[in-house]
Amino acid sequence: MSHGALDEGCRVGERPCGGSMSRFVQALAAMLPLALACGLAACVDQAAGGGAGARDQIRAVGSSTIYPFTTIVAERFLATVPHARPPVIESTGTGAGIRLFCAGVGAAHPDLVDASRRLRRGEYAECARHGVDQILEVQIGIDGIAFAEALQGPGMALTPADIYRALAAAPLGRRNTARLWRDVNPALPAIPIQVYGPPATSGTRDALAELILAKGCEAVEPDTLGMHQRDPNAFATRCQRLREDGAYVDAGENDNLIVQKLRSNPNALGIFGYGYLEQNAGVVRGIPLSGVAPTYATIASGAYPGARPLFVYAKKAHLRAIPGLRAFLRQYSALWSAGGPLVKRGLIAAPPAVQRRAAAIIAHEVALDPRVLH
Amino acid sequence: MNKRAAPVARQPTDWQTPAMQRHVRRRYAAERRFRLLGLAAVCASAAFLFYLLATMIAQGASGFTETRLALPLDLRGHVTVTRAQLNGAAADLALAGAGLENAVDAAADRAFPAQGGEALLSDGAWLRVRDAIKRHPRLLATPVTIPVPVATDIDMAYKGIGTPESEAAVAALGTHLSRGLNVSFFTGADATDPTRAGIWGALKGSLLTMLVTLALAFPIGVLSALYLEEYAPRNRWTDLIEVSINNLAAVPSIIFGLLGLAVFLGTFHMPRSGAIVGGLTLALMTMPVIVIAGRNAITAVPPSIRDAARALGASPIQVVFHHVLPLALPGILTGTIIGMARALGETAPLLMIGMRAFIAAPPGRLTDPATVLPVQIFLWSDDVQTGFVEKTSAAIIVLLVVLLAMNGLAIYLRNRFETRWK
Repeated sequence: MSHGALDEGCRVGERPCGGSMSRFVQALAAMLPLALACGLAACVDQAAGGGAGARDQIRAVGSSTIYPFTTIVAERFLATVPHARPPVIESTGTGAGIRLFCAGVGAAHPDLVDASRRLRRGEYAECARHGVDQILEVQIGIDGIAFAEALQGPGMALTPADIYRALAAAPLGRRNTARLWRDVNPALPAIPIQVYGPPATSGTRDALAELILAKGCEAVEPDTLGMHQRDPNAFATRCQRLREDGAYVDAGENDNLIVQKLRSNPNALGIFGYGYLEQNAGVVRGIPLSGVAPTYATIASGAYPGARPLFVYAKKAHLRAIPGLRAFLRQYSALWSAGGPLVKRGLIAAPPAVQRRAAAIIAHEVALDPRVLH
Repeated sequence: MNKRAAPVARQPTDWQTPAMQRHVRRRYAAERRFRLLGLAAVCASAAFLFYLLATMIAQGASGFTETRLALPLDLRGHVTVTRAQLNGAAADLALAGAGLENAVDAAADRAFPAQGGEALLSDGAWLRVRDAIKRHPRLLATPVTIPVPVATDIDMAYKGIGTPESEAAVAALGTHLSRGLNVSFFTGADATDPTRAGIWGALKGSLLTMLVTLALAFPIGVLSALYLEEYAPRNRWTDLIEVSINNLAAVPSIIFGLLGLAVFLGTFHMPRSGAIVGGLTLALMTMPVIVIAGRNAITAVPPSIRDAARALGASPIQVVFHHVLPLALPGILTGTIIGMARALGETAPLLMIGMRAFIAAPPGRLTDPATVLPVQIFLWSDDVQTGFVEKTSAAIIVLLVVLLAMNGLAIYLRNRFETRWK
C-alpha cells in the first residue's frame, strides 16, 4: 500500500524518484557547502594577500591619450623581461588617474599615472597628504591638441582668439550667443558652430583650456594678461569655462566617436590628440591654428600653439617594492626616440635635451621638486 | 421604432442592410489591422536582429582571418642556437637572445626591399617563426619559405580598406600574400597590434568570473528560495524580504559596481581588476534573479506531492531534497542560466572595479587582473587603429556565440527535465 503511494508520487515527475535527477540533486546538495567554503577561502586568502601585502604586477592608470603608448611599453616590457607578470594598464582620464595615484602608498594603489598635463600644485599637496611625496616626473614626449574637420569640410583656419570667441562661456563678460563661425570672425564661413570635444575629466580638455582658451582670452581681453599667475581661480572662471548651450558637445573619452561624428557631419569640428589625427588621416584633416597646421614637425618644434608635454609619474617608494617597475620605466626611454615604436604609434618625440633630462630622472631616481609646479 | 418594454419576438439579424454590412467590414478591418500590426512588430524586431547580425558578421568575419606573407628565410649563420637549448624550457629566451627578431626583419628587408621590407611584417611575425623553429629545428639549417602575418595596414589593404600606399604594396606583393585562419586570435590575449590581439584572455577572464558568480550565486540563491518557500513563516519580515529581493533584481547594474568598489575593494582590500572581485560583484547582481526564478519554480510544484511525501513519513528535508528540488530544478536552472547570461554581457559594474585594463596575458588565477568579453569589446572599439574595427566585430561574434550556447543550454535543460502537470 505505502509502496504504491510512493510510486504514485514519483510518477508525477515522469522520472523515477530514485533516478538520476535525485542523485544529481544530492550531489549538488553535497557540493553547496564545498562551493561556499571555496568562495570564502578565496576571500580570506585575498583579504590577507590582496591589499596591504605585495603585488607582483605593475599597475598604471591615467590619460586615455597616453594609454596606447603605455600599452606598447607594457608589451615590450613583457617581451624583454623574462618571467614578468603582465602589467595592468587602465585608461581612466588624467584627473581620475591622479586621484587614484595620490590615494596612498602600498600595493592597493597604482604605481604609475599617465598624465597628459603637468601635475598641479594642489594635486601634489593632496598626494603628499597621503604620503606620496616622492614622485618621479618623466616627460615621455609631446602631443598636440588638434582641431580637425572632415576631408570634405569647409577648410577652416582658426586662431586661439576665434576659438575663444566661439567656445568660451562668456567672452568679454557677456553670455556667448554666437551661432555661426562668421559671428566670431567675418572672414570665417557662415556655418553653425558645432564642436565635438573631450569631457571635463580629460587632460585634453585641460590642454584646450590652458593652451588655446587662455591664449585666446589674453588676445581678446588684454586686461587678463598676467592674471593667470596672480589669480588662477579668477582666470579660470573668466577665461577657461566652455559654453554649455550645445555648441560644444562633450563626446566622452572615446575619440573614435568624434572621428565618426566628423565623417557624418562635415560642418562639425572635432578636438582630440594628434595621434588620432595621424591615424585617421584618410578621414579627417587638421585645422591650422594661427596659420600653423598640426604636423609632426610643427608640434615637435613648438611652432604649433596647441603643443603640450605628456608625462608619466611614478612613486619612488614603489620602485623597490614592485618587481620590474624600474625596468618598466627604462623601457619608456628605450622606445620614445624619434622613429621608435611610440613615435610610429603617434607620439611626438620630445627635444633631445628634454629626453636626456627625463632619462636622467629615471636613472638616478630624482624626485619631483614641488616648487616647480603651479 | 420598437417600444423597448414590449416583448417582441426577436427578429433574425438582417446582415444585408448597409449599416450591418459596414459594421461587419469594420470588424474585419480591425481584425486585419491588429494582425498586420503584430506581424509588423515581429518583422521590425526580426529586421533589427538581422541587421545587427548581418553587420557584425560582415564586419567581423574578416577579423577571424589574417593575411600572410610568404617570407623566404635563410637563418644559416644568423641565428646560432644549440639543439639542447631548443629542447630546454628556455627555448623562447634562447631564440630571442640569438637575435631571431632582427634576422626575420633582415630577411624581409632582403626579400621585399621595394615594398617596405620589415615594415610589412606584423610585430608578431618573428614569434610565428620562433614557434615553427621549435617544432622543426631543421628550419635553422636550410633556406625555407615561411608564411608570417603581415602588418596591420597591409592586412587591412589586402582585405580591401587600405591607404593608397599600402594598397600599392599589396598590388606589388601579389601572390606572395595569402589569407588564412587567425589561430592566434583564439589563443592570444589583448595586444597593441591588431594582428596580434586575441580574444582568449578576455574569454578566460569571463569564464573565471562566471565560475565565481555561479559558485556563489547558485547555492545561496537556491537555499534562499527553498527557505523562503518551504520553511519561512508568513509574516511582515518575510514580506519585507520578498519586496527587497524584487527591488534588488530591478536595481541598475552600475549600482552593484559601486557596491563592489566600496565593499570588496574598499573594505576587504581585494585586488583591483581581479576576476574574483568581478565574480563577487556579478554574484550580488545575479542572486536576486536566481531567488525569484527559484521561488517561482518551487511554488509551481503541486502541494499534493509534498502532502503525499509527508503522509508517508518523509521528514521535511527529505521532502525538499527527494521531491521538491528535483521537480523545481529545471525552472531554477533556466532562471540561473538566464541570470548568468545577463552577467556575462555586463560591463558597467566591472568598469567600476577596474576590469577595464590592458593586460597582455590571459589570467592564470582568480586573483589575477583580468578583463571580460564585453569590456574587451569596449576597449577595442575605443582603439585608434583601424585594424581593431574588425577585431571588435569578431569579439562581438564570439560573445554572441557564447550567449547563444548558454541560452541553448537553458532551453535544452528545460525540455529535458520539464514536468507538465495535468
